[in-house]
Amino acid sequence: MNYSFQFGEILANGDLLLRGLKLTVLLFVLAFSGALMCSLFIGLARGSSRRLPNLIATAYIELFRNTPVLVQLIWFYYALPALSGWQPTAFTAAALGLFLNTSAYCAEIWRAGLQSLPAGQWEAGRAIGMSEWQLLRRVVVPQALARMVPAFTNRGVELAKMTSIASTITVQELMYEAKMLSTQTFLPLETFTVVAVIYFVLIYPGTLAAYALERRLNSKGA
Amino acid sequence: MANVPPANVPPANLLPADAAPVLAVGGLRKSFGTNEVLKGIDLKVGAGERIAILGSSGSGKSTFLRCINFMETPSAGRIALDGTPIGTAGRDGTLTARSGELRRLRTRVGMIFQQFNLFPHMTVLENVMEGPVTVKGLPKAEARAKAQDYLKRVGLADKADQYPQRLSGGQQQRVAIARALAMEPEILLFDEPTSSLDPELVGEVLDVILGLSKEGRTMLLVTHELGFAYHFATRVLFLHEGRIHEQGTPDEVLKNPREERTQAFLHRFSAFHF
Repeated sequence: MNYSFQFGEILANGDLLLRGLKLTVLLFVLAFSGALMCSLFIGLARGSSRRLPNLIATAYIELFRNTPVLVQLIWFYYALPALSGWQPTAFTAAALGLFLNTSAYCAEIWRAGLQSLPAGQWEAGRAIGMSEWQLLRRVVVPQALARMVPAFTNRGVELAKMTSIASTITVQELMYEAKMLSTQTFLPLETFTVVAVIYFVLIYPGTLAAYALERRLNSKGA
Repeated sequence: MANVPPANVPPANLLPADAAPVLAVGGLRKSFGTNEVLKGIDLKVGAGERIAILGSSGSGKSTFLRCINFMETPSAGRIALDGTPIGTAGRDGTLTARSGELRRLRTRVGMIFQQFNLFPHMTVLENVMEGPVTVKGLPKAEARAKAQDYLKRVGLADKADQYPQRLSGGQQQRVAIARALAMEPEILLFDEPTSSLDPELVGEVLDVILGLSKEGRTMLLVTHELGFAYHFATRVLFLHEGRIHEQGTPDEVLKNPREERTQAFLHRFSAFHF
């Protein structure tokens, strides 16, 4: 192969990519932090023996897990305004779609995590008069968390890459800027190689931090 | 348990006959699906009484104990604490208690489980402090002092900063007792507290329970340790097929049982004397 890579021009336009990176990070932080919290309640409803909450949570989870995230984003950006009259910005639509999609997966992680705890732990908390909320906060979540970190890490990594789909509904995040740059410079190979490196540098430290957190949580009480 | 000294406490019949019961259970029934485990239990417990509940497995003794603090929801009947009824009967007779009522009940009626159920992510001291701090809202310093006190009472003051997994089963159960005591309950329920312990660890737990009995606490204990029941209890109940089949003083029930079922049950425990 005689192709000679020309990274110079891409790096000269690095500020474009960095601008996109900011939106990528913002999308990730909003969607992931929101999903981690909200999914606890969806997971509780999903694990509940009460019919109605269980039904709603199950429908929600299956809907978002069994349709492509690309379709979900397009739907929030183009179909929702037609139905509701509310036109979200591209960023809002993407953040909402990614948040709801990730919540659905995280809800299943919560449900499995909560169910992995022996029944005796719930009973012990109730026996000293704890309310369900106190039980969750003091007994159940701290213990379940250690087991759930690997699964949440997977979800976070997946979400960080999934933010690139927001480019298809014109959110000017990293992938969007990369597409623009590659058509302007006619250097797609170089552009996307640089973008791949940026995603890796963004995500990998997060994975390492998650490993460290996992070790710390597991060492407690061992 | 030949090595357990008799408790130096007044027997049941010294309690005034007309004293208001601290715990009154009437017509208590419990079904799991179509399986009726409790078929109408009536019991009045006076302050300071220590009741040992015996019976073969499936007789409903654990279920009965768990109904008292609503770990199981009674299918029918009445439960009153100090004369105040707990829960309200629904259309089908099921007793349901609101969450606030449940919490008040459980701070007054402590429970010790067969499997200890300590919180593994907390140290021994934190386990004992948890109820007073989180449920009763006690300041941490006060709760800590109190917890250390109760740990001393069960002989584990030196284990305060350990995590439960580092402790033997007997030590874990003693911590569980301290955790229940820290809530300062009026009644303590023991659900087979030594059944999952290695034989050589049973004694230390029974010693602690016997120590508590000297303080005049009201206690109900489900057990298979007949010798211990004899020394511990002021009254012995024998449950059979969801009913109280026979009850009386330890001497009456354990040494001179009237009922055939009770005799057969006791005989099985003494079948291998040597």
